[in-house]
Amino acid sequence: MSTSVLEKPQVMAPQRRPRRRRPRTAVIASTALLWVYAAAALAPLIIMALGSLRTEQQLADQPIGFPLHPAFENYAKAWSEGGFSAYFINSIVVTVSSVVLGTGVAVLAAYPLARFRFPLSGLLSAYFLAGLMLPIRLGIKPVFFLLNSIGLIDSRIGLICVYAASGVPFGVFVLSAFFRALPNELEEAARIDGAGELRIFGQIMVPLVRPALTTVALFQFIPLWNDFFFPLVLVEDDKYTLPVGLTRFVAEFEAAHAQLYAGLVITTIPLVLLFLLATKQIVAGLTAGMTK
Amino acid sequence: MVQAERRLKAGPTGPGGGATRRRARRFVLLLTFLLPALVLYTVFIIYPLISALQYSLFSWNGLQQGGFAGVSNFVDLFTKYPLSEQVPRALLHNCIFFVGTMLIQTTAGLLLAVLLHRSRRGKRFLQTSYILPHLVSPIVAGYLWSMMLNPQFGAVNAALKGIGLGSLAQPWRGDPHLALPVAILVNAWQWVGFPMLLFAAALAGIPEEYHEAARVDGASAWTSFRRVTFPLLTPVLGIVTVLTFIGNFNILDLIYALQGSKGNPSFSTDVLGLLFYRTAFESPDANAIGQSSALAVLMFVLIFGVSIVANRFFRRMEARLK
Repeated sequence: MSTSVLEKPQVMAPQRRPRRRRPRTAVIASTALLWVYAAAALAPLIIMALGSLRTEQQLADQPIGFPLHPAFENYAKAWSEGGFSAYFINSIVVTVSSVVLGTGVAVLAAYPLARFRFPLSGLLSAYFLAGLMLPIRLGIKPVFFLLNSIGLIDSRIGLICVYAASGVPFGVFVLSAFFRALPNELEEAARIDGAGELRIFGQIMVPLVRPALTTVALFQFIPLWNDFFFPLVLVEDDKYTLPVGLTRFVAEFEAAHAQLYAGLVITTIPLVLLFLLATKQIVAGLTAGMTK
Repeated sequence: MVQAERRLKAGPTGPGGGATRRRARRFVLLLTFLLPALVLYTVFIIYPLISALQYSLFSWNGLQQGGFAGVSNFVDLFTKYPLSEQVPRALLHNCIFFVGTMLIQTTAGLLLAVLLHRSRRGKRFLQTSYILPHLVSPIVAGYLWSMMLNPQFGAVNAALKGIGLGSLAQPWRGDPHLALPVAILVNAWQWVGFPMLLFAAALAGIPEEYHEAARVDGASAWTSFRRVTFPLLTPVLGIVTVLTFIGNFNILDLIYALQGSKGNPSFSTDVLGLLFYRTAFESPDANAIGQSSALAVLMFVLIFGVSIVANRFFRRMEARLK
């Protein structure tokens, strides 16, 4: 009894064919549509991957094609001449540190907000929550002046601070929801056994919210890895991350399409790997906001 | 929570340790947990945003703050050339971008989610394919498409020629009439997986009995979708609309990579995000800080205000459906 939305309303559908055949055509049509769209979604990425392995000449002759003799030198050139080795390291250092710092302070703050009752706790939660709705980019000019005045302009540390801070609202929001859901019995048992507050937090509570921690970390990682705006404004040349490095590479080597493709692949690969390793978590996280 | 409090109050008292000492210890404990996040968040998010508001109310002389200017920076946005030309144009482009994205990306996302919900084979692969573009950096998407849309060596025109539709080949990014629709399509290519996922999650949550009941009552698939499934998706549609709106009014990277910082050709793809960047960092105007901050505040009010109104609207619609 499979039906499909492609099927027309029965009142209007002319009774030309036997009834049971119609769903079948609909199923074939919908399957075809699904696969055609999958091809449309993947084709540009495949062209990018194949293009990065072809020579400049091959690309000029035929924009789409298969690399019979993979030209790995595109990667070597992008990596060394294009500066992608430096951008890659900057991206790793900045993104990983920001995620660790941001998630770290968020998990610390989320714990008392979720499980202790103290004056101002409601207000503090709201204060953190407000950050979810604030477009941080719009404060870029003051951020620039601020970093300039404390000597952190054109430094990875400045960038890391801004990024880590930007992850705090989401982190506090998700993690406090998870902390709140934990049963009190565990905590009480630990107290009876004489564990201190820090120990209860570190050895009992944090391990229990590990799935949430992973989600939060992943969800900071992706946008930070892809971000272009803050490094463009806050750091210079040798401290650029991959997305900004790409813009500089394009400005300098506009005609080197094969190498540019390689650069695009280098920028993309870490996220694709991460995604393939953690598809479930990412999909769950993307849809997590829905139950709010 | 109460237990934690009770325990802290009833904790073992050391010799001479009174209520004050316990309270102090509790305070230190709370500070240890809360202070790092509080400092980081306040210094790097809240303080800059409040400063931006303050900057927008002053006139600026290069990097020096001049006198209090009231709303004159805001007035300048709409009266002082070239801003008076650029701001409304960018705003219009953002609106077109939003409408176009909603029509293309949300419809496609919903269609894909519904079809995927019913399909049996290759579900996981299909879902992954739709989401992958979403993971790519907007900068990468922009450069990738700008290469593919290149009139000479681009894959798009080559593919059109390959299937005998060479007459449709266009200078996609260079034609002022085509540039904005093309940018909308590229953006939709990157984002379609997102509404698809949200709709898919909602569809998975609808009990199968609802559809069976509709079927027993003699409803066709389309009627059952329109009368049963779609109303149940309204909350998600609300979330998708608001998130799409926020995303569109923040768009910058993709267009920067696709059409440069000026929204080429001849500003036909210029949007508020790009204009804000140019006003803040590339403007020769001595009052650039005041003006760019005013623009920032305006964008904030717009994004925030519309999001709240839209949220309330969808809440009400949801309530009416129940």
